[in-house]
Amino acid sequence: MGLSHDDVREILRIIDESDVAELRLQTDGFSLYVRRGDVAASAASQGRASAPQAPPAGAPSTEPPAATTSSGPPAAAPSSAPAAPPAPRDDGLVTIASPMLGTFYRAEAPGAKPLVELGSRVEPDTTVCIIEVMKMMNSVPAGVAGVVQEICVKNSELVEYKQPLFRVAPA
Amino acid sequence: MKRVFIANRGEIALRIVRACRSLRLECVVGASEPDLSGPAARAADRVVCIGPGPAAQSYLRDDVVVQAALGTGCDAIHPGYGFLAESPRLAERARSHGLVFVGPPTEVMALTGDKLAARAAAARAGLPVVPGGEVSAAEEAIALADRLGYPVLVKAAGGGGGRGIKLARGSAELRSLLGIASGEAEAAFGDARVYLERYIAAARHVEVQIAADEHGSVVHLGERDCSVQRRYQKVVEEAPAPGLARASRDALCEAAVTLARAIGYRNLATVEFVVDAEREEFFFLEVNCRIQVEHPVTEAVTGLDLVAMQLRIAGGEPLGFAQDDVAASGHAIECRLNAEDVTRGFMPSPGTLSLFAVPELPHLRVDTHCYAGAVVPPFYDSLLAKLIARADEREEAIHVLIGALEDLDIDGVETNRTVLLSVLGHPDFRAGRVTTDWLERAVA
Repeated sequence: MGLSHDDVREILRIIDESDVAELRLQTDGFSLYVRRGDVAASAASQGRASAPQAPPAGAPSTEPPAATTSSGPPAAAPSSAPAAPPAPRDDGLVTIASPMLGTFYRAEAPGAKPLVELGSRVEPDTTVCIIEVMKMMNSVPAGVAGVVQEICVKNSELVEYKQPLFRVAPA
Repeated sequence: MKRVFIANRGEIALRIVRACRSLRLECVVGASEPDLSGPAARAADRVVCIGPGPAAQSYLRDDVVVQAALGTGCDAIHPGYGFLAESPRLAERARSHGLVFVGPPTEVMALTGDKLAARAAAARAGLPVVPGGEVSAAEEAIALADRLGYPVLVKAAGGGGGRGIKLARGSAELRSLLGIASGEAEAAFGDARVYLERYIAAARHVEVQIAADEHGSVVHLGERDCSVQRRYQKVVEEAPAPGLARASRDALCEAAVTLARAIGYRNLATVEFVVDAEREEFFFLEVNCRIQVEHPVTEAVTGLDLVAMQLRIAGGEPLGFAQDDVAASGHAIECRLNAEDVTRGFMPSPGTLSLFAVPELPHLRVDTHCYAGAVVPPFYDSLLAKLIARADEREEAIHVLIGALEDLDIDGVETNRTVLLSVLGHPDFRAGRVTTDWLERAVA
């Protein structure tokens, strides 16, 4: 699959007009990662974006560089539909549930550092994991401020809609 | 094929679970959140939650469905009917990931889904099609309608299954309907094309069940009469079609087989025809490339398991029988019991079934996912149960159904039971003299 410069510009235009904060498009031999936000976030994501799964042998190696954009309004809601507001349980921990069925990834790319670890401090808009649905990478925000106490799912496992992913001690 | 992902809900999901069991296939049900505790989910080997209640976020997500099938180690997807059953996108996506899609080849799905392309294919195969054609501008439509004679039906090319149809009785009405029809078609099916067909007033709806394997065998399993309709939606179906002349029946079935061969059909399909009630002249209507709601009446008279047949064909098995081996005996009738309020324009009536008990009677089969305490969610179609009676004689089958409907204990939602009883007791229905406009005139 080949994308021209114009195609990429068109994709960026569509994203600018939508409320999507982040988009990862991956096909054989091609990957595009777009993230809207401040310059620092863009720079950080650029570093990660060029390390998707290794392309299959024989696939064209002309992988276009990841595109980033810092234009447009500040990142609002992430691309994923936020799950219902997390509710505290009896033990005081708040569950972050999966907003969709998909494959659970703790990092933005294979080999990359996990987005959060046990003990990580998270804010409501902190991305805690990625849920992949047919190569669309959806970032999941914590939705709560606190400290990660439990990671309920192993990396690359299938998670169902509303399946608990993390438990957080609100703070 | 070892493990089948069932991308549907309700009675058909349960029906597919049972077919999988009979073939010793494992099955995984992909359920929306409100369906997680339903009978299909409980009967399956595994259930996964594919999303929230609204179908657009669960049962209509082909990406989620394929991801769920792959993630649960399934090697096939059965789409049932409705939702994504006729989606070439789902079929293509599943197949590109190495999954078996229980249905015809993707390009055949695309062809049958485009009702104009299907009409053209039927005409090329020598089948009579209802006089009509595609129209884009109002003047063109009015000129065509003048040639056809009013009333005419305005149909969406992307429609089918009785959706996207409007009746125009004169040129003024046609003019005002065209824009609306095209806009609605664009919104509902993503395809603004519409076409006109002459409206055949005294028409019966007769359809032919087709089975085709991957090895070139194509057979028909007889016909079904589905003339008892309300707003183009079937209410009562039966097999065989009462009073249809043998020659007409043979011609219909042969035409259906011819078309299935011509378009390279595989797996199960239904070829629908409109039959002029007086002259028994028939015209091609559309091809449905999925299991039909009313498949049990064909099963009842042929003794075949159509859903198991779908799975076996998809797995590459030959049909294992020839046309001459297909024998139908007796008469079968199906009633669709819906949760709808007949006093309020047949509005869907969701709620909790405080009471639900279907009598167990000889010659009665009930396909249902309902039980006392079950919630009928507002997100989906209103089908509660299919009551199917099979007997040697048509009159006997009618009696079984009347008894079943009268003894049915149901409360918590409104149903169309009284309408079904009126149909079954009506002299016109008893005489087999029913056309597609009959129900709305005579009963509802």
